Amino acid sequence: MLKFLVKGVLRDRSRSLFSIIAITIGVFLAVVYRGFVAGIFDDMLRQGAIMMTGHVKVTTRAYAAEAELMPVDLTLLGVEEILASLTEEFPDMFWTPRITFGGLLDVPDEEGLTREQGPVAAMAIDLLSPGSRMVELWDLENRLSEGRLPAAADEALLGAGYAEKLQVGVGDKVTIIGATMHGAFTTYNFTIVGMLKLGVGSLGKNLLLIDLGGAQQALDMEDGATEILGFYHDIFYVDESAVAQAAAYNASREGRGDEFSPHMIPLRDQYDMGAMIDYMDVAVVIFIGMFFLVITVVLWNLGVMNGLRRYGELGVRLAMGETKAHVYNSLVVESAVVGVGGWLLGTALGLALVYYLQEVGIDYGALMEDYNMPISHVMRGKITPDSYYIGFFPGVLAPMVGTMLAGRAIFKREMSQLFKELET
Amino acid sequence: MIRSISLVATALLAGLGAPLSGQEMTAEEIIAAMDNNLSSENQVLTSRMVIHGRRASRTIVSKSWVVGTEKSFTEYLAPPREAGTKMLKVGDQLRTYSPQTDRVIQISGHMLRQSVMGSDFSYQDMMEDQSLLDMYSAELEGSELLDGRESWVIRLTARKPGQAYPLRRAWIDKEWLLPMQEEMYAKGGKLLKSARVLEVMRTQGRWYPKVWLFKDELKRNSKGTEWIVDEIAFDVEIPDSRFTRAALRR
Repeated sequence: MLKFLVKGVLRDRSRSLFSIIAITIGVFLAVVYRGFVAGIFDDMLRQGAIMMTGHVKVTTRAYAAEAELMPVDLTLLGVEEILASLTEEFPDMFWTPRITFGGLLDVPDEEGLTREQGPVAAMAIDLLSPGSRMVELWDLENRLSEGRLPAAADEALLGAGYAEKLQVGVGDKVTIIGATMHGAFTTYNFTIVGMLKLGVGSLGKNLLLIDLGGAQQALDMEDGATEILGFYHDIFYVDESAVAQAAAYNASREGRGDEFSPHMIPLRDQYDMGAMIDYMDVAVVIFIGMFFLVITVVLWNLGVMNGLRRYGELGVRLAMGETKAHVYNSLVVESAVVGVGGWLLGTALGLALVYYLQEVGIDYGALMEDYNMPISHVMRGKITPDSYYIGFFPGVLAPMVGTMLAGRAIFKREMSQLFKELET
Repeated sequence: MIRSISLVATALLAGLGAPLSGQEMTAEEIIAAMDNNLSSENQVLTSRMVIHGRRASRTIVSKSWVVGTEKSFTEYLAPPREAGTKMLKVGDQLRTYSPQTDRVIQISGHMLRQSVMGSDFSYQDMMEDQSLLDMYSAELEGSELLDGRESWVIRLTARKPGQAYPLRRAWIDKEWLLPMQEEMYAKGGKLLKSARVLEVMRTQGRWYPKVWLFKDELKRNSKGTEWIVDEIAFDVEIPDSRFTRAALRR
């Protein structure tokens, strides 16, 4: 019977074509929307973690209390020892030290006098250690608009727009003016070896990206770092696990050490990321729920309409002696066949687009220049496990339920009235 | 307090000031007498700055050449990281030279608010070069015993807006004519900085601060910065070439 119904569906385009197109479009939109929302939120968390928070962050207790001021005098010292201890204690994460500090970037003329000067947000990450994943995580090779990556501690990358504003070129020497961890005025020379286009809003505009070793020398901070960031190896943030890990780490050190003792903070407790995570969870449910409701209603209605459209045909079939149950079942199976076809096609097309967004993305940087958020300028999608089956409900079940409801009318039709109805 | 640096600087230069504690003096006369005691034509001094940070204390050694309140040249001698760093102030221009970068950098704008070598005073403090009476109107609040010594308490109110410290209170020793304690306030009355003379010395016929304790009261858990004058010589000849940009790189 199934083979017969499939043939019927394929041969009678009026029964299949419009329905399959409609279901394919609905499922396609559902899959793309799911992938898009997952991609946006995943990208926000990922970029935020890489550039600002880590999945967890270790600082001194004193630094944690004043973190927004970037107080380099409250930095962690003995970083090598702390890193070894963290790696041993939390093998499911990798750890990387970082120094963030503010200062002035001074560009000299030929005589060594100040030609241009401007504020700079300097970030020192581990660029040069063997095995460091920072170049990969920051996607520096792709974000380099000019020049090359630093190969020495006194080499630096500068935001491309800022470099243009200060008229700095690749190979130029600049001096960073700031304060050491002891609060002393300091100047330190860096050679600009490349220009960065980070594409994360205004956060990257004044950025001077240097190696950790260079910052340690500049800030008189031997074996020091303002923060140590911890990441799960797959760079996928697991909120419950990170929160529990930080709580356990801090509890095990309760009452020990001083204000310069290490203190662990999960991503959730930094920069209001917790509120964002909670909002994201709710938003995903609400947005996707609303979207699916609309798609489901549309496709359900499609099932109902299909049933009604074939009112006359069903009357003929009943008049010819086909049982009501058989007619009803055949309608439902036809609906399932059409639904499965549309679901498979829509899912395939949707996954293809999401995969493109995931791997390539769409650059919308021009719209984001004034936003100070760690969001990539490239619109990304993400294929999640539920992307493969999320279209099943609106694509298959909804039209089937619609057909079932519409098909109930079959059982209400009186045989004595059939010929009368068919005559009109 | 800003004055403090200038004071120590100028203190070293100071002319002779006769104790006037027994006389009836107005606030302006007291300030003028103190200024007179602390100022001199020029001076050369070697000093230590002991900066008590939250983690540890650091000692910075420097030698300064000062002419009036307009010109000064300082070379840092220790610790090794700071050795060779030089600072030149001529009028309202402040430049610093770092041997690490071989750059002469002018310190201006918001950089002036930065700490000098991590201490409790800022470059802005160092730049204060007018006399107190030019910048402030003085009012005598009364007399108090400070560490068992008779002192005048003077309230100084900025004559013009824009002063880093719109209000100050100074405790001036009636015999030594030294500002033994000073408090600097913001416009709203918040205490910003304080200074206290912990030890005085008698040199070239006058009393000078030997050890000062400066505190940036806005720094959390600040233990302050001690400034210790180890050697000072007044009215020595200092060539003009000392106060040139070329001298910074020498």
